[in-house]
Amino acid sequence: MTAVTTNDLLGQDGSKRTVMIYSRYERFWHWSQAALILILAFTGFAVHGLIPLPYRTAAQIHSYAAIALIALWAFTTFWHFTTGQWRQYLPKLASLPAILKFYAWGILAGAPHPYTKTLKRKQNALQSLAYLWFMVIIGPALWSSGIVYLTYPLWAKIAAGTIALPVVAFVHLAAAYLITIFVIIHIYMTTTGKTPLHYVRTMITGYDTIPLSKAEAAYLAEDEPGRLK
Amino acid sequence: MTARARYITSAALTLCLAMSGARAQEKFQTTDSPPPAKYQKMEAPPPPPPPVLNQASGVRLSEPADHSKFEALKGPFADSAAVTKACATCHTDAEAHIKKTIHWTWNYVNPRTGQHLGKENVINNFCTNAKDNEGMCGVCHIGNGVKPGEEYAFNKQTSVDCLVCHDRTGKYYRLPPTRGNSACAAMFEGRDPINFTEVAQHVGLPGRENCGTCHFNGGGGDGVKHGDLDSSLIRPSKALDVHMSEQGQNFACSECHLSQHHEIAGSRYDMIAKDEGGTGKPGLRRDVATCESCHGATPHPKPSLIGYQLDAHAQRLACQTCHVPKMARGGVATITDWDWSTAGKLYNGAGYYEEEYTQGNGEKRHTYWSIKGDFKWGENLVPTYKWFNGEMIYTLADTKIGDKKAVTPINEPQGGWMDPKSRIWPFKEMHTNVPYDAGNKTLVFNHLWGADKTAFWGNFNIKKAIAAGMEIEHRPFSGEIGFLKTVSNWPITHMVAPKEDAVKCGECHAQKSRLANVPGVYMPGHTRFPWMDFLGLAGVGLTLAGVAVHGGLRIALTKKHKEDA
Ligand code: HEM
Repeated sequence: MTAVTTNDLLGQDGSKRTVMIYSRYERFWHWSQAALILILAFTGFAVHGLIPLPYRTAAQIHSYAAIALIALWAFTTFWHFTTGQWRQYLPKLASLPAILKFYAWGILAGAPHPYTKTLKRKQNALQSLAYLWFMVIIGPALWSSGIVYLTYPLWAKIAAGTIALPVVAFVHLAAAYLITIFVIIHIYMTTTGKTPLHYVRTMITGYDTIPLSKAEAAYLAEDEPGRLK
Repeated sequence: MTARARYITSAALTLCLAMSGARAQEKFQTTDSPPPAKYQKMEAPPPPPPPVLNQASGVRLSEPADHSKFEALKGPFADSAAVTKACATCHTDAEAHIKKTIHWTWNYVNPRTGQHLGKENVINNFCTNAKDNEGMCGVCHIGNGVKPGEEYAFNKQTSVDCLVCHDRTGKYYRLPPTRGNSACAAMFEGRDPINFTEVAQHVGLPGRENCGTCHFNGGGGDGVKHGDLDSSLIRPSKALDVHMSEQGQNFACSECHLSQHHEIAGSRYDMIAKDEGGTGKPGLRRDVATCESCHGATPHPKPSLIGYQLDAHAQRLACQTCHVPKMARGGVATITDWDWSTAGKLYNGAGYYEEEYTQGNGEKRHTYWSIKGDFKWGENLVPTYKWFNGEMIYTLADTKIGDKKAVTPINEPQGGWMDPKSRIWPFKEMHTNVPYDAGNKTLVFNHLWGADKTAFWGNFNIKKAIAAGMEIEHRPFSGEIGFLKTVSNWPITHMVAPKEDAVKCGECHAQKSRLANVPGVYMPGHTRFPWMDFLGLAGVGLTLAGVAVHGGLRIALTKKHKEDA
C-alpha cells in the first residue's frame, strides 16, 4: 500500500482498486448509531410493555441512550454538510427499476448487481431512497417525538387535562415500529453482497474494492494516499 | 356458629331485651356448641402507656413552661371543668377561639359546595350519625360533662375540655357524658379515677396520643374508619411512618396540622388536592397541612432524569399516591365492609359479639356485633385511586337517593382528568349496607345511644330507633326501612413510607396496574393503542417472514446455480 508508483495509477480507466470508502467518522457514527438504535428499540418496547424488563430500568436506559443518539445525530448532521457527504442520499431514480428488479428476481437467479459502487456514489438508488426515507421521515418523526416525550417535565403543567402526552407517544410508537421494520430489512440487505458478510466487513474496515477512474486514482494517490490499499 | 359468641351482659340489657326476646330468639339460630360459660363483659381498655416525649409540634421549639409551678394549678380540682377555669386564668382567649372552630361546633359550611357538613349534619356509613347520639359522641366532643340527668348537646354553655388535648400524663380520659344503655356503658366502666391536679400540672402541646384519642378511633374503634389513622401511629416504626416515628422525625400531628388560635389546618371536608403554593415564605402557610407546604412542589432529587419525571408526575398524582403504598400497615386493621342489616341478632335474649379476625398486632376484632352488624377487616390494603380536586359532594339527610347508581356514594370525590386542578388520590373505600328510608329514598338518623326505650343499642329494634331519630330531627319518615349499598371515600394521607418503599414505577406502568381503573391516564407500559400495536407487530412480523422467505430462496437457488454450473 505504501509504494504506489505513478505507473500503477496510469492503468485502464475503471480498473479495480481497494479503497477506503467509509471514513473513520462514518464508520464510527454508523456503528454507534446501530448500537444505540438496538438499545433504544429493546428498551423502548420494554417501556411499552412488550419486552419484560423492569420499567424504571428500561425508561432510564432508553432516556440516556436517546440523549446519546441525539448528540450523535447533531454531530453527524454537521459532518454531512461540512463534508458534502449529504449528496450521497440524493437518489438517482433512473436506475431504480433495474435495482428493484434485481432484488425481486435477479439476486435469486444469480444475476450480477446492476449497480457498481463508485467513490462518488457509495449507495445504489434503492439504498439512498431507503436512507433518505429513514433520515427525512422516520428519523425526525422518532427523534422529534422522542425529544418532546423526554422533555415532558417542561410541559407537563400546560398539558394537564389534555391529550398531548398520548399524541406524542402515538407518533413515537408509530415511528418506532417503522424504524424496526427498516432495521430488519437493512440488516438483511447487508447479507446480499458478494458474500453474506462482505458489506459488514466493508463497514468495519472501511475498505472496498471498486473501479476507479484514472483521475480518481491520481487524485487519491496525490492527496489522500492513505485511502488506497 | 363456629364463632366464639360472647355476651354483653348487664341487668339493664337483659331487662331491655325481655320484651323482644322471643322474636329475637327465632331470628338467631345456633347450630353449634353453646357460647363459653364465662359471660364475657365488654371490658374497659387497659390503661395506656406513658406518652411519647419530645414530639415535634409545629408551634414552638421548646417544651412549654413547667405548669407544675403555677399557683393556679395547685388544685385540688373536682373535675375537668374546674381545671378549665384554672387554665382560663392565663389562657384568657383560648376558649373563645376554640368555640369558633369545627372541633367545637361540629358544624362546617363548605365554601366551595355550600353544603352543611360537620358531625352535626353528616350521615356516614359507620355508626351513621353523631346527631341524636350526642351522649355517646360526647366522648369525643370536647365539651365538659353535663350535670347528672341532663342530656348532652354540643351545647355552647358547657366549658371546653382542655385536658383531652393537652394532657401529657396519658392518664386523662373522657367518658360518655350520658350513661346510655348499660349494654355499652359497661365498656367505659372500671377505669382508674383521674387525679385532676396531677394532669393539670402536666399539660403540654398535644401529642399523637391526644389527637389519637378521637381520631384513631373514628367509626367506633381503633383504625376502624380511616385506614391510615390508628393507634399504631403512637409509636410507629420508621417503615410505617417516616414523619411520626421516633426513629424518624417524631412529629406530633400538629407539626403538619398547624394551627392559629386553635384553628387547625388540614380538614378533610375541604381539601387542597393540588397545592401549587409550595413552601411559601418562612413562617407562613400555617393554614394548610399539605405535603408541598414543607417539601415544596418539586421535591424529587435533581439533577436526574427520573427526578424531573417524578416532579412532573406530581402534576397529576398526589404525593400520597406513591408515598403511602398501602393502608393499615401498623398491625391495626381497618373495616372495609359493614352490613347493618344483620344487626340486632340475639343469643338467649342478649346481644353478643364474635371475634373472627386477628389483626397484625395479635388483637382480635369483632366480625359480628349485635349492636352494629357484620364487619370485614383488612390490613396492608392497596388504596382505591380516583381523580380528586379537593371537593367532596356529600349525600346528606335531605338528598334524594337516585336509582341510577348501584352503590350510593356517601361522599363523592369531584374532579377528573380533564381538570388540571385534579390529581389522582388514594382513598379507602368503605362499603356499607346502611338502613335507609326506602319510601322517601333518603338516608336516616338512627337513634343508637341512649337510656331510653327507643335507642337501638338496648332495644335492638331498628325501626323504632330510626323513627325516634327522624322525629328528633323533624325529618319525614315513611316508616319503610330498606337497606342501601353505600360507599364512602376516605382520602389517604398518613402512614408515609420511607422513600425506598414508595410505590415502584412498575406497579403502575404495567399491564396489571394500580391505576388500571382510573380514566384518562396515559401510562407507557400500561396504555396501549390496540390497533397500532396490531399493525406494528403485523408489519414487523411480515417483514421478518418476507426476509426469511427471500433469504431461504436465495440460499436454495444459489446452491442450485452452483450445482448447475
Ligand atoms: C432520539 C431518539 C429517542 C428519544 C428522545 C426517545 C424518547 C423516548 C421517551 C422519553 C420515551 C418514554 C419513556 C418513559 O416512559 O420515560 C420513549 C418511549 C418509547 N420509545 Fe423512544 N426515544 C427515542 C428513540 C427510540 C427508538 C430508536 C425506538 C425504537 C426503535 C424507540 C421506541 C420507543 C418505544 C416503543 C417507546 C414506548 C412508547 C409508549 O409506550 O408510550 N424510541 N422514547
